Amino acid sequence: MAEPLLSVRNLVVEFPTRRGVLRALDGVSFDIAPGEVLGMVGESGAGKSITGAAIIGLIEPPGRIAGGEVYLAGKRIDNLPPDAMRAIRGKRIGMVFQDPLTSLNPLYTVARQLVETIRTHLDLSEKEARAHAIGLLDRVGIPAAARRIDDYPHHFSGGMRQRVVIALALAAEPELVIADEPTTALDVSVQSQIIDVLKEICAERGASVMLITHDMGVIAETADRVAVLYAGRMAEIGPVRDVILNASHPYTRGLMGSIPTLQQDNDRLVQIPGTMPRLNAIPTGCAFNPRCEHSFEKCRVHAPHLIDVAPHHAAACWLAEEET
Amino acid sequence: MLAFIIRRVVQSAIVMLVVALVAFALFRYVGDPINSMVGQETSLADREALRTRLGLNDPFVIQFGRFVGNALQGNFGISYRLQQPVMELILQRLPATLELALVSGLAAFILGVSAGVYTALNRRGVIPSAIMAASLIGVSLPTFLIGILLIWLFAVELQWLPSFGRGDTVTLPGGWVTGFLTSSGRQSLILPAITLGLFQMTLIMRLVRAEMLEVLRTDYIKFARARGLPNRTVHFGHALKNTLVPVITITGLQLGAIIAFAIITETVFQWPGVGALFINSVRAVDVPVMAAYLVLIALIFVIINLIVDLLYYAVDPRLRVERSAARH
Ligand SMILES: Nc1ncnc2c1ncn2[C@@H]1O[C@H](COP(=O)(O)OP(=O)(O)OP(=O)(O)O)[C@@H](O)[C@H]1O
Ligand SMILES: [Mg+2]
Repeated sequence: MAEPLLSVRNLVVEFPTRRGVLRALDGVSFDIAPGEVLGMVGESGAGKSITGAAIIGLIEPPGRIAGGEVYLAGKRIDNLPPDAMRAIRGKRIGMVFQDPLTSLNPLYTVARQLVETIRTHLDLSEKEARAHAIGLLDRVGIPAAARRIDDYPHHFSGGMRQRVVIALALAAEPELVIADEPTTALDVSVQSQIIDVLKEICAERGASVMLITHDMGVIAETADRVAVLYAGRMAEIGPVRDVILNASHPYTRGLMGSIPTLQQDNDRLVQIPGTMPRLNAIPTGCAFNPRCEHSFEKCRVHAPHLIDVAPHHAAACWLAEEET
Repeated sequence: MLAFIIRRVVQSAIVMLVVALVAFALFRYVGDPINSMVGQETSLADREALRTRLGLNDPFVIQFGRFVGNALQGNFGISYRLQQPVMELILQRLPATLELALVSGLAAFILGVSAGVYTALNRRGVIPSAIMAASLIGVSLPTFLIGILLIWLFAVELQWLPSFGRGDTVTLPGGWVTGFLTSSGRQSLILPAITLGLFQMTLIMRLVRAEMLEVLRTDYIKFARARGLPNRTVHFGHALKNTLVPVITITGLQLGAIIAFAIITETVFQWPGVGALFINSVRAVDVPVMAAYLVLIALIFVIINLIVDLLYYAVDPRLRVERSAARH
């Protein structure tokens, strides 16, 4: 692999609370190559959004990065002063949030929000920024962009609003786009269009994407590689095809069972029994061991680290070690 | 937009009509107006003649119609106590009350919003905590007590500021008597303005703080940060404007309340405004003045409400569509 665009090393994120410190991320490591789409999956609460927030430096206090490093194009960014980090947000890392209905400021026109973003990062006049903004809206597929740009967010449908959000995230041509469940809040009918727009534009600009989703189907169609998170830890990471066809971690295998397209009988999805532990009750050893039908003594005592199971494909499971 | 204004004006007119009805009932049925006009020795026949001459025997609707017609022309009758036209009395004292309310309202708004924003943006720290603690005192102390404490400290102990009255005033062309133009007038304004505005200021501050904290948690603020906008833009461009939308209503109502609550402050500071006039009129059961005061305060509330609605309309684009969508 070429030098990664983004490199996350042993990332630990903690939230101090009254009842002790919650570890939302515990030693997460992964890379994203230039132009690559990395899918990130996991159950609700697995730490997907927190990973995105940590990369972009927007963990809400009192939460904090308690360990590890984040590198962007080889340069460490997790310890930058606030102003330097701010200059990276939007400019080099764009972010798309889940709910387009609430991502835009209701009191300002789309034009105003686009122009302020563009002018924050690019040295353009008001007029040039506006022209640039119209071009962006056009590119994300908003019909009659030159006219619609002066509308307020509430004039747009959910799908159109998410296109506006994507235009905003891409306004300054970032090298990396973190899309946090960009379609969950949308009608099923427009979900794939939004994913396509995002993927196309990033591909044509050579931008990398970290695509967070619950939906293994989306990952299968969109991502180059996939990372599976479980209870704040990396369970498995590898090329999408490999992971789908040869999942090594029992948790991943359970997740794969829930892709409708891979499963002939849609009514009977394989469900993993039990639920993901809360952050204040993560078991010792492998976090997944109480739910795992293959667990053995070692799983209950020692937390597994990522073990290569195939080229570029690693799983954090003691079974994988046994096999290799 | 025009339809919206017309609708609101019609609503306001209805409200005013109801208030006029109450004022009229007060005027007509609290005590006997004839008793208040004539002496003890007037004969019953004379009284009845006067009653007929004044139209007090006419049907209710006609009397009420006459009352409204007169009120529209600014005619609320003659004060029993001072034997002057009520409107004249009120107009003489209105500048004092309006100047006091304006200064304390503006100060309450500016300081309240600034302190609210400051404490919302700086949640930890000694100064924000101190402001929050002090604001509790502002909310819980009764107005007259604050007034008396201020008089004791600044007028009696320190002798920095006058404790009563308006100081020297200047009559402007048009008959407006202002205290703004003399230094004693300005000094006299300080203590009553603080007394009157302190409660509203702390209220606005706490409201702005709560609302701002709420707004800072919203997705569009997170997204604004994720777009790399400078803090200044995020806080004052995006968060503050959204904070002020709901605050506008409350603040408008508070301004109305300031004028209404001026009664207490004016009494404590012997401020020659309409509030003091009202209190004295209540003592003397001077019903025409009471009725006129009621109508006046209602009118002020209604006008403020109207302005607030229009501001809302101007600030929040979402209202504009809902209205136009409702029309289609
Ligand atoms: N401000 C916070 N204080 C305490 N715990 C938090 C806070 N924010 C997140 N967490 C915890 O961090 C964990 C990971 O949260 P995160 O939002 O990253 O989950 P997610 O994988 O994105 O889930 P979802 O699919 O529901 O979006 C959760 O268990 C959550 O409870
Ligand atoms: Mg999430």
